[in-house]
Parts: sequence; C-alpha cells; structure tokens
Amino acid sequence: MAESISYINIIGAGLAGLSAAKTLAEKGLYVRLVSVQPSQRAQSNLAEGGINASLNVMGEDDTVSGHFEDSMKGGCYLADPVMVKGLTEAAPSIVREFEKLGVPFNRENGHMIQRNFGGQKKKRTAFAKSSTGKALTTALIDEVRKHEASGHVLRLCHHRFERLLLKDGRCEGVQVFDIYEKKVMCMEGPVIMCCGGLNGMFPGMTTGTTANTGSAAAELFIQGVEFADLEFIQYHPTTVPITGKRLLVTEAARGEGGRLFYVKEDGSRCYWLEEKFGVRGNLMPRDVISREEDILGRQVYIDMTALSDETWKKKLPDLREEIIHYLGIDPKKEPVPVSPGIHYFMGGIRVDEGHRTNISGLYAAGECACAYHGANRLGGNSLLGAVYGGRVAAETAADESYRYFESAADNPPALFRTFESISASEKEAEARMERILVKGLSVRRNEESIKAALNELHTIISAEMSDEFEARYYLAEAMLLSALERRESRGAHTRLDWPETKDEYKKITVARRGADKTVISFEKITGQENG
Amino acid sequence: MKKTLRILRRASKDSEPYWQEFEYETADGSATVATALMTLPVTWEHSCLQKKCGACAMVINKVPRLACDTCLADLKGDSVTVEPLRKFPVIEDLLVDRKDMMDRLEELRVWFANGADVSRGREMAFEASKCLQCGLCLEVCPNFHAEGKFGGMAAMAPLARLISKMPDAQVKELRRSYKKAVYDGCGKSLACRDICPAGINIEDLLVRSNAAAIWKRRLRDEEE
Repeated sequence: MAESISYINIIGAGLAGLSAAKTLAEKGLYVRLVSVQPSQRAQSNLAEGGINASLNVMGEDDTVSGHFEDSMKGGCYLADPVMVKGLTEAAPSIVREFEKLGVPFNRENGHMIQRNFGGQKKKRTAFAKSSTGKALTTALIDEVRKHEASGHVLRLCHHRFERLLLKDGRCEGVQVFDIYEKKVMCMEGPVIMCCGGLNGMFPGMTTGTTANTGSAAAELFIQGVEFADLEFIQYHPTTVPITGKRLLVTEAARGEGGRLFYVKEDGSRCYWLEEKFGVRGNLMPRDVISREEDILGRQVYIDMTALSDETWKKKLPDLREEIIHYLGIDPKKEPVPVSPGIHYFMGGIRVDEGHRTNISGLYAAGECACAYHGANRLGGNSLLGAVYGGRVAAETAADESYRYFESAADNPPALFRTFESISASEKEAEARMERILVKGLSVRRNEESIKAALNELHTIISAEMSDEFEARYYLAEAMLLSALERRESRGAHTRLDWPETKDEYKKITVARRGADKTVISFEKITGQENG
Repeated sequence: MKKTLRILRRASKDSEPYWQEFEYETADGSATVATALMTLPVTWEHSCLQKKCGACAMVINKVPRLACDTCLADLKGDSVTVEPLRKFPVIEDLLVDRKDMMDRLEELRVWFANGADVSRGREMAFEASKCLQCGLCLEVCPNFHAEGKFGGMAAMAPLARLISKMPDAQVKELRRSYKKAVYDGCGKSLACRDICPAGINIEDLLVRSNAAAIWKRRLRDEEE
C-alpha cells in the first residue's frame, strides 16, 4: 500500500544523493530521489583524477592517520577533525566496496594501484584512468537501480527543488516542481540536500555543470538554513577556458609527472614551483599553486611531454583525447597553457558530524555541504566526501526518521507559494551579479575590492525582482560578506591586506539570513579541542 | 560568425510542432550549438557542456549529435536546423523524455546481484562505463523501436559492464538478458559505432560481450 509508506526525500542524484539512497534502501527505508536530470548528467561524472584512501598498496607505509593529517593540513586546519577522522577511516572500505560494484580501478600485477595527488605525501589516490567520477557514478547508478526495482527508491528525475516545507522551525517536507508535467508537488518527510556546489553563481566561469544553478542553495539560505565558510572557493590551477565553461586538466597530469612552467624573457623555461617548493612543487595543494600563478601574472604551461607511452596509454588516454579535442594540442608532444579556474566550493550548508543542518529534519551532504575540506580541499577527497557524506547523512536521517514520522503524521505541511520564472531583465542583472562576484572573490582579494563588489551588488536589487533572484542575491551578498569579515589569509581565501594566518580566525564563518539582514559570525569548529 | 538557427519547437507534448528561426552572431570561433542555445529562449537539456553527460542530445542538420559537441563553424551553410530526438516523446521544444531507455535497464536487472568479480575485465568494464545514456545510438539504429524488445547499444553497454566482471552466480540471468535485449535484435549495421559521443569502442565491446554471453567463452583477464 503506497499510501502507508513514509519516505525520506533526497534532493540531488549525483554521488552524494546516490550514496544516501543506497544507504537508506539497505536499511529497508523508502526514498524519493529527486533531481532535475538523471544521475548520468550529474557533475560527479566529471570528476577525473581519483578517490583517496590509505589502502597502503604502493609499498609506502601509508596509514589512515597520514590521510587524516594531509587532509587537515591541506584544509589549513579549518575542517572538523572528528569528521575528517571519520572520512579517512572509512575511505579504504569505501574504495573496496566500489571495487565490488565493478569499478575498473587501475591495477598492476594483480592489485590496485594508486597515484600521487596534490598535498599528499603518499600515493593514495585510486583511479580509473582519468574518468574516475564517471566510473564510480555508473557503478552506483546500477547499485541504486536494484533498490528502485524493489520499490525502496522512487526516482523523480525531472523535478526541481523549490523550497522546504517548514513548520515551527522544523523541516516537514519539500516542495518540488515537475518540469515535464509543469506542476508543483509537496512531499512530506525529512529532507537530505545533495544539490551540489555553487557553480551557477559563476555561470560559464567554472569547470562544473550548468545544472548546478545555485538556486536551491539560495532558497535554503533565505529560508533560514545556515551556511558556513562561503569565502572558500577553490580555484583549480590547471584549467583552460573553452566555449561556455572551463576545461579541467586533471591534477593526475601532475600526479603522473606533469610539470608547470613559464617562459622567461630569454625564451628559456622556468619551473618556478620546483625552484620554490622543491621536488614536489608541482604537487603543492591547489590553493598554493593557484595563488602562485596569480602572483606570477604570466601565462603558465603544463608540460606532460615526458610522460611515458605506457602512462598515456594506461592511465591518461582520456585526458589526452580531451585536450586534443578541445584545444587542438597533443599534450604528449607539446605543453598546454593553463590558468586558475573556479572548480569547487569548500563552503556550503553548515552541517554537524551527523550531517544535520540547523533545521531539524534537514540534512546535507556532498559539495553543497561544508564538511570535510576546510579552507582548501585536496584533490581526490571530493568523490570520497560525497560518498561518505551521503552515507552519514542517510544514517543520521534514518535514526531520526522514526521520531519524525510519528509526529508528522497528523500535521500535513501547508502548500507554499509557487515557482516564478526569471524574466529577461533579471538575466542582465544575473550577468552583472556574476561579474561582481568574480571581481570580489578573485584568487587574491582585499577589503577595497570586496567592498566595491558589495556596493555594486547593492545597486542591482529592486522591488520587481522575483523571489528566486532575490534569494540568489542574498546568497551572493553572504559570500562577499564572509570574505570581507575573515580578516586573515587561509587556504583559498587570500587577503592582500591581511596576509597572515591568525589563530583567532581558526573558526568557521557562519552566514545567517535574519528577518531583514544577513549576519556573519565566527564560531568554534565542532570537534576541535582548542578551537 | 553568423548563423540562422532553425529550431523545431513545441509548446508542450500535446501541441503542434512549429519551426522558428533565430539569428545568432558570435566572435567565438569555437562556439557550439550549445553555446548558441544558451542564449535563446528555447527549452533543452544541458549540463556538462563537454560531452561527458549526454544531456544535450538532439538532431542537428539531420544528424543526431550532442549540441555541446557540434561546433557551429564546422557546419556548412548559414542555416542550421535543430530538432529534438525522434525516438523519444517530446516534452517541450528540444527536451525529450528518455525514461523508457533507462527503465529498460531496470527490466533487464542491470546491477550486480552479489558483487562483481574484481579481478577480471577491467578494460572492458572501463569502456562500458563510459556510456552516457544519451540515446544517440538508438536514434540512428535501424533495429531499435521504442516498443520492441531490442534495447540497442544503450542497453548493450550497461550489460557489457556486468558481463565484463560477470560473477558466476549471475551468469545465466545475464546471458538471458543479453540475448533478449541485444543479440537477438542487433542487425550489426553498426550505425551506432560512429555516432557515440563517448567514443565507446562499440564493435569491440559487442564482440567481447557476444563471446562471453552467447558463445560462453571466458573473457581474457588482460591485466592479470
């Protein structure tokens, strides 16, 4: 009897959403898996280089604590250590589980191999050539299909999130819009947001998808969901602008031996990262290299011509094809010009170690949540964070759902306002907002540039704007305010006027939308003894 | 560069289709049909814009392609016709419902019942994993019809992923599914071979899958 089933709602069907759905279905619970497009279109499919886990298969005495230390250090000690501990401890079993789901991880001599990645001292990144995200997502789609067949996962895959159904400060359900049938649906039950990063605040400027519009996050923000660390935006050091977006040259290119250089006035090459940081200069964390490129202010190239035929054939054939296709350059034969591009959002919905948000009945996981990456995410930790985070959020939601369903049964949530589409005049304002954000949240910022961006932002809002535009505007403002208030440099947040990292800012930046204004505060990192 | 995009539009699934022309001008020599569509008030599906997600499959100048993988400068003439895929129901403009293609995978029970055989078939599994479920292969296939039993290469690739790492416990079921949904219906026209935007080596995948599922040969464990 369908009527008697209580569902948990998952918004977003990329790796985090799939992982949450799998976890809940395995517990015998029922899930509505809501997404604008099917999982095959999710940004998770674009992840290339690999997934981190201390499997210790490379004869380097790798340990979980090594993975933990590197992740904490890479994140400039801003992540919750209890959460990172959980992540790194679970990593080996997660990778082994994916192997059982048929992911074709690269192997040699009968065992899995791992590659070097930025900010890590050991070869710790398991990979399927340079299409790891696609291989993992394909495997998890198949696994979740099993639960769709049993009826435990109900897919709603042309449905856009509109808003939470809140009652007395609790999340009692979600309102979505069926794009095919053009109708609004209200669905009861706890909600797990797995709606991805904020790429849509920078359309055309990121390595991500157009499907991640940022509108779901914006709506959550004005509904009172707390966001954290919004100023930490990862610029990936090796991207190339192509039509409509930025193309990623995976960090695996450097993990396998690629070197960054610029050309000096006399025509010779300068491998300045190696000169400055030593032999592992090309594998410094992403925030460090992007900052160095920005300071350098010259065209930088990645040289992959010394990679062996074997490496190109077995480990990076897909990367080579892609670069030839989009840039007309064969990276096996000549260097590729690269520059920093927006790639990942460390900040997002504020969650605790169980992935609860500040609103009861609402959870978040994957890139939309601020969880494991602190001030700078290490390559290979995003796929891991999505899968692990989705699982933890689902476990917490499952534990708390019994309580929820008992109390919610007699109080169906009320229908809220319906979706309004963005008008043409708002499109121009949207484009302006993007330009403002790009200026205010560049690789290196200062008070002047951020304030100028805020002032300009304040001129684009008007009373005629739709609710959706207004929500996006307030989220944009919160990003700039977070960057303004953090008066230090840490990880991906580089302040020209505050170059030092300060202990007093070893805290998370919390953004809250009140009745008529956004408030930024700094709060202790949960799980950190001396926070 | 200046192009006229002639787009077959439709307000809703129940309404009549009509042609509408849009002028598009750009200085970007690498602009694709997707770049142009981003600027137009037309409904279509898009996501990655780098042929890694399969969202923007459509028919461009009578050829089924991804909009993001179709460079405007490469198209001859000043006018470009853009139509929705024809083997799926149209929802609005260029947006089609590809649900049947994906539902078929559930009917065929495309999942590992008790885990994969980890040690074998890595290259084949990698190739099969690349399938975008975009539906372009079905669009060009002379043997595929929505109501038929044959699932085309959009069913073959996901099945091949399972076959590549076929656990003994699932052999019978997989062979039955593969025979029904792929082998019995494929006329070997291989029209899909040249159309796959993921560049899947379809012929090789088909040969290997046939060998394992139909001729009951054990797959070579290439890396072991």
